[in-house]
Amino acid sequence: METAPKPGRDVPPKKNRLQAKKKKPRERRNLEPQRSVSGAQDPFPGPAPVPVEVARKFRRIDKSKKLPHSKSKTRSRLEVAEAEEEEISIKAARSELLLAEEPGFLEGEDGEDTAKIRQADIVEAVDIASAAKHFDLNLRQFGPYRLNYSPTGRHLAFGGRRGHVATLDWVTKRLMCEINVMEAVRDIRFLHSEALLAVAQNRWLHIYDNQGIELHCIRRCDRVTRLEFLPFHFLLATASETGFLTYLDVSVGKIMAALNARAGRLDVMTKNPYNAVIHLGHSNGTVSLWSPAMKEPLAKILCHRGGVRAVAVDSTGTYMATSGLDHQLKIFDLRGTFQPLGARTLPQGAGHLAFSQRGLLAAGMGDVVNIWAGQGKASPPSLEQPYLTHRLSGHVHGLHFCPFEDVLGVGHNGGITSMLVPGAAEPNFDGLESNPYRSQKQRQEWEVKALLEKVPAELICLDPRALAEVDVISLEQEKKERIERLGYDPEAKAPFQPKPKQKGRSSTASLVKRKRKVMDEEHRDKVRQSLEQQPQKQEKKAKPLRARPSALDRFVR
Amino acid sequence: MNVVQAAESLLALSQQEELEDLSKDDPLSPSEDEGDIDGERKHKKLLEAISSLDGKNRRKLAERSEASLKVSEFNVTSEGSGEKLVLSDLLGPVKTSSSLAAVKKQLNRVKSKKTVELPLNKEEVERARTPLEQEVFNLLHKNKQPVTDPLLTPVEKASLKAMSLEEAKMHRAELQRARALQSYYEARARREKKIKSKKYHKVLKKGRVRKALKEFEKLRKVNPTVALEELEKIEKARMMERMSLKHQNSGKWAKSKAIMAKYDLEARQAMQEQLARNKELTQKLQAASDSEEEEEGAEEEGELVPDAVNEIQMDANGPNPWMLRNHSRGTKEIKVQDPEQLPEPVAHEASENEEEDRPGAEEEILLNEFEERRSLRKKSGLSQEAKLVSRQEPKDSSSQEVLSELRALSQKLNQENQQSGKQNVSSVRTVLAVQREEPTEAEEEPLLLQRPERAHTMEKLEELGKEGCFQNKEVPRPVGEGQQSERNPDNQPGAPKEKKRKEQMIDLQNLLTTKSSSVKSLAVPMTVEELEDEEERDQKQMIKEAFAGDDVIRDFLKEKREAVEASKPKDVDLTLPGWGEWGGMGLKPSAKKRRRFLIKTPEGPPRKDKNLPNVIINEKRNVHAAAHQVRVLPYPFTHHRQFERTIQTPIGSTWNTQRAFQKLTTPKVVTKPGHIIKPIKAEDVGYRSSSRSDLSVVQRNPKQLSIRHKKHLKKNSVD
Repeated sequence: METAPKPGRDVPPKKNRLQAKKKKPRERRNLEPQRSVSGAQDPFPGPAPVPVEVARKFRRIDKSKKLPHSKSKTRSRLEVAEAEEEEISIKAARSELLLAEEPGFLEGEDGEDTAKIRQADIVEAVDIASAAKHFDLNLRQFGPYRLNYSPTGRHLAFGGRRGHVATLDWVTKRLMCEINVMEAVRDIRFLHSEALLAVAQNRWLHIYDNQGIELHCIRRCDRVTRLEFLPFHFLLATASETGFLTYLDVSVGKIMAALNARAGRLDVMTKNPYNAVIHLGHSNGTVSLWSPAMKEPLAKILCHRGGVRAVAVDSTGTYMATSGLDHQLKIFDLRGTFQPLGARTLPQGAGHLAFSQRGLLAAGMGDVVNIWAGQGKASPPSLEQPYLTHRLSGHVHGLHFCPFEDVLGVGHNGGITSMLVPGAAEPNFDGLESNPYRSQKQRQEWEVKALLEKVPAELICLDPRALAEVDVISLEQEKKERIERLGYDPEAKAPFQPKPKQKGRSSTASLVKRKRKVMDEEHRDKVRQSLEQQPQKQEKKAKPLRARPSALDRFVR
Repeated sequence: MNVVQAAESLLALSQQEELEDLSKDDPLSPSEDEGDIDGERKHKKLLEAISSLDGKNRRKLAERSEASLKVSEFNVTSEGSGEKLVLSDLLGPVKTSSSLAAVKKQLNRVKSKKTVELPLNKEEVERARTPLEQEVFNLLHKNKQPVTDPLLTPVEKASLKAMSLEEAKMHRAELQRARALQSYYEARARREKKIKSKKYHKVLKKGRVRKALKEFEKLRKVNPTVALEELEKIEKARMMERMSLKHQNSGKWAKSKAIMAKYDLEARQAMQEQLARNKELTQKLQAASDSEEEEEGAEEEGELVPDAVNEIQMDANGPNPWMLRNHSRGTKEIKVQDPEQLPEPVAHEASENEEEDRPGAEEEILLNEFEERRSLRKKSGLSQEAKLVSRQEPKDSSSQEVLSELRALSQKLNQENQQSGKQNVSSVRTVLAVQREEPTEAEEEPLLLQRPERAHTMEKLEELGKEGCFQNKEVPRPVGEGQQSERNPDNQPGAPKEKKRKEQMIDLQNLLTTKSSSVKSLAVPMTVEELEDEEERDQKQMIKEAFAGDDVIRDFLKEKREAVEASKPKDVDLTLPGWGEWGGMGLKPSAKKRRRFLIKTPEGPPRKDKNLPNVIINEKRNVHAAAHQVRVLPYPFTHHRQFERTIQTPIGSTWNTQRAFQKLTTPKVVTKPGHIIKPIKAEDVGYRSSSRSDLSVVQRNPKQLSIRHKKHLKKNSVD
């Protein structure tokens, strides 16, 4: 039989050893810079410097927030986490180098208004490949068109009011399918890939594949007016004439939620790409924010005096543009305050709005499309002067910026127009996420991965980062239950017990005195805290004091 | 047989006496009736107390039940003093001529009208329209009768003045004495009533019956008419019996006898007797009499029956009975008024009560007087009450006026709100004005787009600036003018406070009507060539715009208020209505009690949209998302924020570079596939092996080896 092993003193614990290992190479590098075979010294020794601003962009931990005092063990954990985060952010900043492409832009010669530059001028100026991206489809027969680009930006689907539905690889102009559904088409949208296409027809919602074969007819979504697809949740959100917002999980074909907006006909809808919240515009001038997990709207914002005609949210989820019947175009801040940042009255009011990937705002007013640009990517579009304007051959019926291409697709009475908007799209795409040049095999692979990483619908909330927080309410609840179960609080602070001292200093009187001291200190803390809270209360009280009635008030009639 | 009948009738009589209301017809009522009075008064008091529970017309009634020798004018309350003379009384002395009969009728009609209409009545009285009325007024004037205010005639006033000091003193002394006597009498009655002895009461009853029998015999001889009256009373008693069916076998005694009847002959007999009596009592009595007598009887009946009715009514509406009784025997009252002429029925009753001692009889007389007085007092009180009611009504109307005023005020306030909102807009207006100078399309917007709010601002622009506009005529605003004048005195004390309160509102207004800068667009949307359906759509849109709701803000604020109310934690009200106090319909527990049993829930954290007037943020918890959140703090962390900081960095490849992702997700232990993993040994961890330690132990102190170790060693050696 073996005796229990005793911990050896001479061997350091594993952790320490690991740390030592980690430190060594770094030290070596610092001490003696690497020498090449030729003997020439590295003119830039050490790791490449990283610009602080770029690294800050990737920071996740907000160090300005103070933490409550932590014990040494906790502190060491926190330090490890912070160090890790810093390292990762530096790595990310360094890899920014790989984003080779730069966004284009349009710049007028001194004092020249960019809005005066016509599409023809741009087409003339740009290279041949880009010039090919500007085209007009003259389709006067089947009424105003709605259009949608696939998430990779490679494919375009459009549906005419009079039933004409077609998809094409718009870069090569190769037609994939073209059908007439013999029914009014309200809206059209690609699902997660270009292989599936949802069409909101007069009666029901239909799903076609890329060859125009009808795969599904979803009768539970009837009289749909607008469609939105949430790619990470595989949810197809539909807004119907009957006032219902329905979430359809396209991966399992189940309706996840059918929410009654209680605001009449719904025909204004957009998604917030940042948190997958659906924005609905109503006829009473409000925009309501919805999540499938809640029966009521997450928030309601009063935006306009009249009804809301169009809503759009930018890709970072920071700004929302709305236009209403009061002919105003407003930009709201969505980061908690929901206050308007800018407003502008338009002669006819905008019927359609769209944000590009880089934050350009397009508005369709009658047969004119105006585009406003901001200072940079994360800034709201300034509504002072339009960046570009373009007149179309018919009234605008649908607007969509093509992802990863500086192209704005406009559906109108006379067909489809693809106009060039320099600086609209993100120049660098994530090949793993949405690769415009992916093969069929790659697409299938991606599909499987995306399905595996599908986000549950109930996680949609206004602040997605709140999910990385501890559920304090249930934590408290459990704590309380535990205390009840045990009959005492195991985490409670033990009452102060004075240590016994020698040389007559441990007399009863001194013990009491010491105890008293500690008690008084605690009491003082408490008083201090309450004093801190008091000014707020006093402010509250001050109001009624000022309004004290004077003796002469009795004569006031 | 005859004797038995007489006895029965007497028994019935006694019953009837018990049931009968105390005083009315017989001013000298026996002692028991006094007790009844007491009970009645108590009942009335109770009713009054209940009615005064409402709190509105709570009035302490000073009432004295005990005698005090010191009777001063300070103790006497003024309530009884209002001995108002009624117009009808005053009409009494006027000769009953045929010409006045019509007047009397008319006056009666006037009197019967409701109190509310009195002011109108007055006018009617003052203005004599018809010749008949004129005649009446003439008459009244001639007789020095008050026309409008029927308080006291001049003659009466004179007579009042004539009363000398001695007389007054005497009168007062009399009053004192009477009051004292009354209280004695009441005390005695109370004492007697409290006696519980059954035997005593039985004896008392028998005595009464015997007395009644004797009297009846005597009466038959002396005064057959009165005897007949008595007979009527018996008849009435019979009727009562018939209605109550007391002598059937439904009583307690009868039931017990019914059980015993099977075995006990006596009990059976008793039961039969009772049934026989029942039969007799329920039989219709035939009283043969003259037509005159019948008439009289009818009269008596008329006197009697209303009394019974009154009794019931008294229960129904407390304070009335006295007045009603006065109506029923107005003639008697008049007789009572002059003390020398003792009324006949009184004398009659007195003769009945001969056995009682003289002072007792005197007492009764006095008591009767007081009863009358009291009735009068009550009457006056009633009239006062009526007045009160009539006074209350105008009050109600005035309160309504106040309410309407308040409403108007609130409306004004609201309008002021809007005005102030507009004022704020005016700061932007200057900008607008500047922009207006450059002619743009926006200014030439169709009129339809101009909503009233905006029209206001435009108007002000015009007022400030130069050219008059057609819009001015379009939007009339009579209210706005008034407000402007109101707004002018800004140094009013309430003004700043109000402003602050309205900040929210102003904000909202600002939100929706600011910075509407004109557009400088190169491409103006064309509206020339359009398809037909497009045109139609545009038409629709125009209409929509025209009728777009102006009350969007109000609706939204209302909605927000409702949302805030709904999200507020509700207080728990544990009051039990009717617990420890009066219960019933329409009674509310007292405010004190409600306050005491109201558990106030602590106020939650402030709402996120507290300072955002245009936003309603749902405060409900997303339970589904919460299910995915961490709900247990791992070990070294003591605060949730500490832990949150460690999990803030995402580790997925979507958010990280490939290298960072790999680093973040490296497992702590890496195993190669196909490689054998040996079980862990102490040596691997850094400890010496057990066998070695054993040996070392052996080497160090071989003598202390345990038996176990020895065995182990042996085993090893064997192996």
